[in-house]
Amino acid sequence: MKSNKILFLVITVVITIFMMSCRPKNAGTSVKGDSSVKSFVAPGQYDEYYNFVSGGFSGQMSVYGLPSGRLFRVIPVFSVDPEKGWGYSEETKPMLNTSHGFVPWDDLHHVELSQTSGEINGKWVFGNANNTPRLARIDLKTFKTAEIIELPNSAGNHSSPFGTENSEYIVAGTRFSVPPDYAEGDVPIDSYKKNFKGHISFVSVDKESGKMDIAFQLKTPGVNFDLARCGRDKSHGWFFFSCYNTEQANTLLEVNASQKDKDFIMAVNWKKAEEYLKAGKGVKQKVKYAHNVWDEHSHTATSTIKNEVTVLDVAALKDICYMIPCPKSPHGCDVDPTGEYIVGSGKLAAVIPVFSFDKLQKAIAAKAFDGEYEGIPVVKYEEALYGEVKKPGLGPLHTEFDGKGFAYTSFFVSSEVVKWNIKDLTVVDRVPTFYSVGHLCIPGGNTRKPSPKYLIAYNKITKDRYLPTGPELTQSAQLFDISGEKMQMILDFPTIGEPHYAQAAPADLIRNNGQLKIYPIGENKHPRVAKGEAESKVVREGNQVHVYMTAVRSHFAPDNIEGVRMGDEVYFHVTNLEQDWDVPHGFGVKGANNGELLIMPGETTTLKWVPDRVGIFPMYCTDFCSALHQEMHGYVRVSPAGSKTPLTFHVGKQAPAEKPVQ
Amino acid sequence: MRNFKIFLAFIAFGLFMACGGGNQKTETTSESPSASSTETPATDATSYDPKRGEGKFDETNVKIDATLNTAMADAGEKAAGVKCTSCHKMSEERLVGPGWKGVTQRKSPFWIMNFITNPDPMIDKDPELQAQLELCLVRMPNQSLADEEARNILEFMRKNDGVK
Repeated sequence: MKSNKILFLVITVVITIFMMSCRPKNAGTSVKGDSSVKSFVAPGQYDEYYNFVSGGFSGQMSVYGLPSGRLFRVIPVFSVDPEKGWGYSEETKPMLNTSHGFVPWDDLHHVELSQTSGEINGKWVFGNANNTPRLARIDLKTFKTAEIIELPNSAGNHSSPFGTENSEYIVAGTRFSVPPDYAEGDVPIDSYKKNFKGHISFVSVDKESGKMDIAFQLKTPGVNFDLARCGRDKSHGWFFFSCYNTEQANTLLEVNASQKDKDFIMAVNWKKAEEYLKAGKGVKQKVKYAHNVWDEHSHTATSTIKNEVTVLDVAALKDICYMIPCPKSPHGCDVDPTGEYIVGSGKLAAVIPVFSFDKLQKAIAAKAFDGEYEGIPVVKYEEALYGEVKKPGLGPLHTEFDGKGFAYTSFFVSSEVVKWNIKDLTVVDRVPTFYSVGHLCIPGGNTRKPSPKYLIAYNKITKDRYLPTGPELTQSAQLFDISGEKMQMILDFPTIGEPHYAQAAPADLIRNNGQLKIYPIGENKHPRVAKGEAESKVVREGNQVHVYMTAVRSHFAPDNIEGVRMGDEVYFHVTNLEQDWDVPHGFGVKGANNGELLIMPGETTTLKWVPDRVGIFPMYCTDFCSALHQEMHGYVRVSPAGSKTPLTFHVGKQAPAEKPVQ
Repeated sequence: MRNFKIFLAFIAFGLFMACGGGNQKTETTSESPSASSTETPATDATSYDPKRGEGKFDETNVKIDATLNTAMADAGEKAAGVKCTSCHKMSEERLVGPGWKGVTQRKSPFWIMNFITNPDPMIDKDPELQAQLELCLVRMPNQSLADEEARNILEFMRKNDGVK
């Protein structure tokens, strides 16, 4: 606290001096008088950028507007979301299926917007599941998770979901090396060096449909793959992965994986890997993984278990991979917009090494190697090095680029963002963050054409920045104006937890991409759709009762159902008949051990309910839909098992029908 | 906490003192939503024609025969079953919206087709629709009808009103 007091006093004094001096371009301050103007988006106005922010341990992805920092949507991805029925409705359950069965939670760290020729194309955004390794593809026309593919032979899918210049591949490198799924897994943990292997998946993405497929995996030495970036422009065809724990420790990694002076950035020639694949050098291995696909017309996901993956051994196939020594447990591994400079950020290093793609190519051609690491050539450090940024700060993590020749690196330990010149490697500006910054984002900052107006810092600690909320505090991001020579902080905004990497795209690129407003009811291919009230019905199939229900402002059809018996499983298949934008209906039923449904216009969604007692159960619309929303409810009567109460249903009849109507 | 107050006080003071900061216009916003979401050309209420309504349909592009086109009426009945009859009865009885009996005698074919394809601007301008809204309390939704669907539904309404 003491240091904070001092910090605040210093800031206060600096601000006061600035305010009094009335010079708009003062250096070194973190908050300026016009900051609120710069981040202000008037009511009813649109933001300039969409910001897709990883939700960390929430397992979801959040969408903010920039520069306002306003939260628009939390897209359910890897974790269940009862509010949206994600993982609760019958149709969405298969999306969370894995080789381990249904997994209700994960940890989403990084996002990647799809690209064409090294520029964001506004089609999809990808996310990684860190815990049970998976990749997700979110469709940016619907802002809905459209596909999830599990990654065999992997653990801790951290080095993911980074993509190539045309999204030919999204990669997924294992953070925790483990014995491969196709080998004996019941081995002593301290046999790490012998039995544990790394695998990097190259997942292909269909240009039109976006459909993902594991094209091949690279089998690598057992190390920890941390982050990755594709080469671009001249280095297109290459991928760079930071690796730590090259010590191959299996316990107390904090100490034991920090022994070596240098770990590696692994350069992967994936075009070469493709050649080997074509030449049949891959080995088909027996594995088990789930591939889950959402169908927009049946409004239903299917999960398929697949059993084979093709593996290329990079120690045997000599010229796919090269190790570049990189100081002290590199974390971020970032490539500048020209594709020439590769920036490694050694978490524990006092310098930022910048490698040259041209020099790397020369070194490989000249075989300027320093021996091998588990069968992979190690390029001599100096032969690949362009230069080092000296004494930049403490704990460098991640670097983004502005396309004007500058790089911006986050420093976790010294809580700051440092701007430096890529050519002469000199530091030109630094600003504090509050506190302990992790990832950075510049819109397009990982592409050929960054949009150098804003930089967002995603912090790990907020401490005293916001009103306290007990032991658990809000997560946060900070927005900087980087249009000038000096960085200027213009906004703090809270985020869902925990924000790791994020990307941003121009608002017009996304909102003009053919945004879907409704699901045309004519194209609804759900097997239990009711296209109009005339098709609404209740059908008994053994102990299953299927309710084909419609929802329209402001009633359900049917809204009175009798003849359900204890021991029945009731399936409400609710079709929203509305065909207008922004008119979802919700559906909940008393006592259901389940979530709710949120049904978009033209969509059919199913809630399963197993009544636990005899009685009358109200069901109602949960999403305020109209002036008569409070009237939008009905009743289900549950009778004892074996009851003779006939199955009846209706809407709009005051006296209960004696026999099925309609 | 005290530090915060001092801090905020200085900021507030600074904002007052800042040179023209308050007058500075923001450049951060893109096109406003109202400018982009209007799909039909906006006209003011004074130019509203209560006989024709507002929308793309008029005498030039809608042809009405004296006799019923049964194929169109059947197609219209199907479309109405999906998109309309949850709220409208074929009788004069009101459900969510008014019953359809007699609508083709009360309203011109163009008004009907314009209203069912372009309800929002018409509800805002048409005095009769505003009176209707006070009764029903639910704005008739835009059900994204295709032009052909709208024409077919009109034919089905004519059938419902006894046109042979």
